[in-house]
Amino acid sequence: MALNALTRRLGASLLAFLFLGAAASMPARAQDKFIVMASTTSTEQSGLFAHLLPAFKQASGIDVRVVAVGTGQALDIARRGDADILFVHDTAAEEKFVAEGYATRREDVMYNDFVLVGPKTDPAGARGNDIVAALKKLASSGQPFVSRGDRSGTHAAELRLWKKAGIDLASARPAGYKECGCGMGPALNIGSSSNAYVLTDRGTWLSFKNRGELEIVVEGDRTLFNQYGVMVVNPARHAHVKAALAQQFADWVVSPAGQTTIADYKINGQQLFFPNAKPR
Amino acid sequence: MNAPAPFLGLLGAERSASTDATGCSRVAAAEPLLSLHGAQVRFGSTLALAGVDLTLRRGQRLVLIGSNGCGKTTLLRLLHGLLHADAGERRVHPLSGSGRAPRMAMLFQRPFLLQLSARRNLWLALWLARVPAAERAARVDDALERVGLRAQARQNACALSGGQQQRLALARALALRPDILFLDEPTASLDPGAGKEVEAAIDALGASGMTVVMSTHNLGLARRLATHVGYLEAGRLLLLAPTERFFNDAPPPAVQAFLRGESPWP
Amino acid sequence: MMESIALALNLIARGDAELLGITALSLRVSLSGCLLGATMGLTLGAWLAVARFPGHRVLVWAVNTLLAMPAVIVGLLVYLLLSRSGPLGRWGILFTPPAMVIAQAILVTPMIAALSRRLVADALAGGGDQLVALGARPFTAALLMLVHERLATLTLLLTAFGRAIGEVGAVMIVGGNIAGVTRVMTTTIALETSKGDLPLAVALGIVLLGVVGLIHGGVAMIPVRDKAQRLAMA
Repeated sequence: MALNALTRRLGASLLAFLFLGAAASMPARAQDKFIVMASTTSTEQSGLFAHLLPAFKQASGIDVRVVAVGTGQALDIARRGDADILFVHDTAAEEKFVAEGYATRREDVMYNDFVLVGPKTDPAGARGNDIVAALKKLASSGQPFVSRGDRSGTHAAELRLWKKAGIDLASARPAGYKECGCGMGPALNIGSSSNAYVLTDRGTWLSFKNRGELEIVVEGDRTLFNQYGVMVVNPARHAHVKAALAQQFADWVVSPAGQTTIADYKINGQQLFFPNAKPR
Repeated sequence: MNAPAPFLGLLGAERSASTDATGCSRVAAAEPLLSLHGAQVRFGSTLALAGVDLTLRRGQRLVLIGSNGCGKTTLLRLLHGLLHADAGERRVHPLSGSGRAPRMAMLFQRPFLLQLSARRNLWLALWLARVPAAERAARVDDALERVGLRAQARQNACALSGGQQQRLALARALALRPDILFLDEPTASLDPGAGKEVEAAIDALGASGMTVVMSTHNLGLARRLATHVGYLEAGRLLLLAPTERFFNDAPPPAVQAFLRGESPWP
Repeated sequence: MMESIALALNLIARGDAELLGITALSLRVSLSGCLLGATMGLTLGAWLAVARFPGHRVLVWAVNTLLAMPAVIVGLLVYLLLSRSGPLGRWGILFTPPAMVIAQAILVTPMIAALSRRLVADALAGGGDQLVALGARPFTAALLMLVHERLATLTLLLTAFGRAIGEVGAVMIVGGNIAGVTRVMTTTIALETSKGDLPLAVALGIVLLGVVGLIHGGVAMIPVRDKAQRLAMA
C-alpha cells in the first residue's frame, strides 16, 4: 500500500539521518598534541579550566584534557600512569607523591580559600572569621554538618580543621555530622536541602545555584586557605608519559603569563584564585 | 502381542505369481533402502518403540496408522534419522546406482516456516543441504511449480493459508530431491479444503514412484496411497501388510477394533 | 519543571553546538557499544540455547546474574584493564571514546545474551527439530531463529541500547568526562547536577529521552509482522 511504503521510507530515512549525523561528527582531534591532566572536581566546577586552558592552548598549541575526580582518585590515576600531570590541592598528599618517586617535584601555583556555609539563621552561632571557634560551636550545638568524606583535598582540609579544633571525629563524632562520600556540588545539594553547615571552596560556592537557605557564615581565616600544586608525572616511573609537553604546562602556569591569567579569572567580579608561585 | 510372522514377511520380495495388492506386476525384489532390527526408543522411562523390525524398499509407499501415542511419529522420526535408537539397529542401505546413502526429507504435521518469502524458505533449505549455489534458484522454482505455488513465491511464508503452507513445506522437501519422503500426519491440522489440496499433491507424488512413509488418521488416504500399511499399538508394530491384505484379510482383533473406531484410550 | 522543558526546547532550537556535540558522541558511543555487544551477545545467547556440556547450566546462571551488574563495576573493571598499569595499558585508549565503547559493549553483552538465549530457546521449541531435519546444525538453527524472530531480536537490542545510552557509571570512569572529548549526555547531566544547575540537568535529560524516542519512533515504522499477528492468521 502507498501509505505503508511511505511510513517505511520515513522510518528508514529517520534512522539513516541519526546514524549519519552521529558518524559525521567525528572529532578530527587525533592530530592535536594533548596531555591528560588529573585534577579535582572542585577546580573544574569553579570554571577555572574553561578560562585557563584556552590561553595555554593559544600559547603552546597543546590541548589539556582534564579528568576531574577527587584528589585521592586523581593521585591514584597519576600513580597508575594514566595521567601526564597533576593539578590538585592537598600539599601533604602531594609531598608524599613526590617522596614515592611518582613525580620529581611539586610547585606552588595558586591558592583559594574555603568558606563555611550554613543556614541564614545560624542556629549554631558559628558566624565570624574564626573557623576553629566555629567548629567547636558546631560540635557542641549538634547542628547538621555535611562532610564530603571522599578523600578529596577539601575533605582532607576539613579533617585537619576538626583536629585543630581539638575534636576527635573517630571517638567523639558531633551529633549532626554526616558523610556523603561525594563531590562538592552534591554535598552542597544535601546541605541546602537539609539546612546543614558545609565546608566548601569559594569557587564552587560562587558557581553553585541551588543555595536554598544557605549563605557564607565564616570566611577570611588564614587557616582556610587552600594551596594548589602542579606535578609532572615522573617518566622514570612511566615511560609513556608525555613529560616534555606536561612540563610546558607546568612552566607556563607558574610563569608571569600563567599567573596573570589565573588572577584574571573572576566570578561576579570576584577573584577566586590567588597566584602564589615561587620564582624559579 | 507378537506380530504374526507371515504378515511381516510380505513387506519384502513380491515373488508371488499373482499381482500384488496395488496391481503392480510382479517385480524382482526392490532394493532395500532402510531397515530396522529390534529398534527401541525410550523417552526417559517411557518405552516409545519396543523392538520394531522393518525393511523399507524402493518404490514402496508405507502408511502407518494407530491411535495417538502409539509410536507412529517416533517410528517415522527413527526411520528418518531425526531420532536415534536406544537399542537395536537402524541400517541405511546405499543406493545400487550411485552407491550413496538415500536422501531423506520429512514433512511435519505443522510445518515450521521462517518469516521470510516462500522462495527464501526453499532457498535456505537448499543452502542447509549444501546444494551448490548455481543450482539453487532453478530447484526452488521447479519445486514451487510442482506444488502450484509459483504465484506466491515472494509472499511471506507465514502469511500463506494452512493448505498453502503445507504445500510449501512439501515443496521444500521435494526441492531436496529426496529418495524417501516422510510425512507425519500431513493433513491432520488442515480443514477439508486445504487437506484435499495437500492430498492431491501427495497422490501425484506417489504416482510418480517416490518412496513414501506416512503416518495418518485418514484411512481413505491410506487406502488410496499406500502399497503397504502398518498398525502400531503401544510402541509395537502389530501388523504390516500390503494394503488390500491389510484391509480385507482378517486382521487381529486390536486392528479390527481400531478400524471400526473402537480402540480404547491408550 | 516547566523551566527545564523551556530550556530544553531552547537548546534544541538554537542548535547549541555543545549540545549537538555531546548528543552525537552519546549516540556514537552507545550505538557502537551495542553493535559490538550485539555481536558478542547474540552469538553467546544463540550458542547457550543449543549447547550441552557439563557446566552449561552454571554458565547460563552466570549470564543471567551478570545482566544486573552495576554500570560502575563494569567501568571499574574496564578501567583496571585499560589503565597504563593494567594488562591492556599499551593500547593507550583510556579516557578516549573507544574505551567507553568497550565498557558499554561489556555492559550490554550479558543482557543481550540472556534475553536472546530465552528467545532462541522458545523459538527452537516450536520449530527447531524441523530445521534440524533439514540438515541444520543446532547453532545454525539457533541463528536462523534470531532472523525468524527478528522483531523480538530488535526489541531486545533496543532495550540494550536504552541501557547503554542511559548509563553514567561506566562511561564516567573509563572516559573521565573530559570536555569535548569524552563528555556524553549522561556525564554532562551528572556534572550539572553536582554543580547544582538542576534545571539544565533536567533539560538535558529531556533531550536525551527525546533522542531515544526518535530512534524508537523510526524503528516502530518498520512493518514487521509480530507473533500475535502470525498466530491469528494461521
